[in-house]
Amino acid sequence: MAAITMLEGIRQAIFEEMDRDPAVVALGEDIGVYGGAFKVTEGLLARFGPERVVDAPVSETAIVGAACGMGYLGLRPIVEMQFIDFIACCFNQVTNFAAKSHYRWGAPVPMVLRGPSGGGVHGGPFHSANPEMYFMHTPGLKIIYPSTPHDAKGLLKSAVRDNNPVLFFEHKYLYRRIKEEIPAEEYTVPIGKATVRREGKDLTILSYAAMVHTSMEAAETLAKEGIDAEVIDLRTLLPLDRDAILASVKKTNKLLIVHEDTRTGGIAGEIAALVCEGAFEDLDGPIARVTALDTPVPYSPPLEEHFLPNAEKVAAAARELARY
Amino acid sequence: MHVANSVKESQTAPKLTRQQYLDLYYYMQLNRQLEDRMVRLFRQNKIVGGLYSSLGQEAVSVGTAYALEPKDWLAPMIRNIGALLVKGFKPRDIMTQHMAKYTSPTLGKDGTSHFGDLNVHHTISPISMLGDLIPVMTGVAMAGRYLGQNIVALTWIGDGGSSTGAFHEGLNFAASQRAPFVLVVENNQWAYSTPVARQVPVKNLADRAVAYGITSKITDGNDVLAVYATTKEAVDECRSGHGPVLIEVKTHRMKGHAQHDPAEYVPKEMVEYWKARDPIARYEKFLTENKIWDAKTKAEIDSRIERELDEEQKFAEESPLPPPELAEQGVYCDGCHTIEADWQRPQKEVTPPNCSVDAIWEVKSFGSFDPDAAAKMKAASQAAQPRQSPGNGAPPARSEKIAYQSQKATSAGEEKDLDTAAALRVPFGRGPKDRAFREERAQKEKNRRGKRGRR
Repeated sequence: MAAITMLEGIRQAIFEEMDRDPAVVALGEDIGVYGGAFKVTEGLLARFGPERVVDAPVSETAIVGAACGMGYLGLRPIVEMQFIDFIACCFNQVTNFAAKSHYRWGAPVPMVLRGPSGGGVHGGPFHSANPEMYFMHTPGLKIIYPSTPHDAKGLLKSAVRDNNPVLFFEHKYLYRRIKEEIPAEEYTVPIGKATVRREGKDLTILSYAAMVHTSMEAAETLAKEGIDAEVIDLRTLLPLDRDAILASVKKTNKLLIVHEDTRTGGIAGEIAALVCEGAFEDLDGPIARVTALDTPVPYSPPLEEHFLPNAEKVAAAARELARY
Repeated sequence: MHVANSVKESQTAPKLTRQQYLDLYYYMQLNRQLEDRMVRLFRQNKIVGGLYSSLGQEAVSVGTAYALEPKDWLAPMIRNIGALLVKGFKPRDIMTQHMAKYTSPTLGKDGTSHFGDLNVHHTISPISMLGDLIPVMTGVAMAGRYLGQNIVALTWIGDGGSSTGAFHEGLNFAASQRAPFVLVVENNQWAYSTPVARQVPVKNLADRAVAYGITSKITDGNDVLAVYATTKEAVDECRSGHGPVLIEVKTHRMKGHAQHDPAEYVPKEMVEYWKARDPIARYEKFLTENKIWDAKTKAEIDSRIERELDEEQKFAEESPLPPPELAEQGVYCDGCHTIEADWQRPQKEVTPPNCSVDAIWEVKSFGSFDPDAAAKMKAASQAAQPRQSPGNGAPPARSEKIAYQSQKATSAGEEKDLDTAAALRVPFGRGPKDRAFREERAQKEKNRRGKRGRR
């Protein structure tokens, strides 16, 4: 059992699902011969052939539309957005066509739409986005944003088997920077379940994707100062694991939400509302948040570093909250 | 491909059985009478939302859909009610949809022709955003081919919708995949209030097909036999692997965009011109002149339609509205549907190692403007060892451009040491040889050891 990167976890999930079920096919730009911009699909075409691994034209709307049509005939397409930023090009196809299909006329769209997201790699305004909140507001979609190789693999397998359109965000900063041992045997991770990354009693830091690691780093710093932070990894954003969030808040009585997405309209606002509705009496302090700035993702390293949350910012906010 | 070669003019009358000729009349008249009743229901405030008339366009919906086999797939647009009837939906489905009833195919969750059926009628629901069905039906066509079903997918788009990005993306994708897909461009001269000449600078909308290297046809949309014959030809071409095909049907929208729109922007002379070419009146004349029917047969069909619609309307009007709490249900499919593909070919064919290939491009043109370069390259490639194509995946007509090489099975487990490989792959073209990258990484490593913030 070797430790693998998150990218390898994702690769394994795709290969294993396509091996398991010939109804699983892959579509995307440069995913075949080239193996994808990040080489996630390297070897996929060689193994499964051009009928199952479709190198598509630069047409996000056509790709997602075709995936919907394939889903109606019982296939389970996995669509790659070369960068998740480009999902904006097929917004209509995702939000109006795929997401509403089952509700409107009972036709499920079993599609996974996956792609590299997130900043920290100096990709600039169009290669660093965290566009999850556009889709949080769209009933009918599921949104997964894993933080570890184990979860990425297990959740992607669940996504492929799910009967709904699932957006699967892959934080590109994590692709090759973290490694984890995963079980040798087949496993899946359920959609819609958060997990506790670090148990603590003084306050809850709620996060997902790359910010889970930032939050963990901050928690270690805080531990040395005598602040015992609990770190929760949401893993799935839609549907949100309301129970896990409330359980942790009821335990620690303080909540800090950390996300790499921009501040206004970020998920922190939604979670704050949810906690006010479900655990207001349990709160011993204001709900705090550490987020990116309300700007596009800037390109130059000092600008991007200023834009992004980091462990210091998280620790500082946690200290502030711990004082209540 | 030049326009002159790709565009065919209207067809001669196809050979049909007497029953088929009468069917075409039945569906067109049913379409018209159904809509006529719905106009009355609309005026009685019994239709909740909008009502979009296909008056004068019945031949398009009926003639195209009639050319499909039951196993084929279609996706209607708002004015293709006739196609839904041909495909086997009942007038009550369309009435209850418009009246937002609980008995409607969508249980009142959506209206108009926004419904479908995956199991029996092979019909995909449209959405209001135009053009989106084109990539969707491309996917249906690709999936049908993949599963060995030998189906054809067909959808319509208006002259207005032919200007959307989805139209072009979808048609290009369909063309590059040689998908068995028929796109009927229903040119009814008006995109809401804007005449076609103000939207599109080409003479015929069929000319657009040239840009995608696909076959196109133009036909008289008010001649149901021409529409049927043209579509049948297109469907046959697609089924034999020569898709996609674009058909432009020239017709006219005889009413406004919807009931609320009196369409005063349409010149009276234009309405008169098209009125004289009413598809049902023309077809009735054809049936009479060719002695396919007599007055008695016509009366029988007409009264049958009347009788059926009475019954259907009664059902629709007496149907209840949905219970309010239904609004909360059905956002997700939580196992309420079983998704299963209907395999009409051995799954083994698309399972490794049978489907495995050498993942390399075989480039047959350097793309040079210099014709000699292309010739030299051709000669060189002919001299080279002939390469085997797996013949199981690349769409046939594209094999001249792209061929996948003979199979070489590799499994995920056999991949080379991925860590070594991974180290060489860094996003944005930055590799270990990039000094800035090396320095940055060293710095980050240092930072991490110093237990400082990673970012």
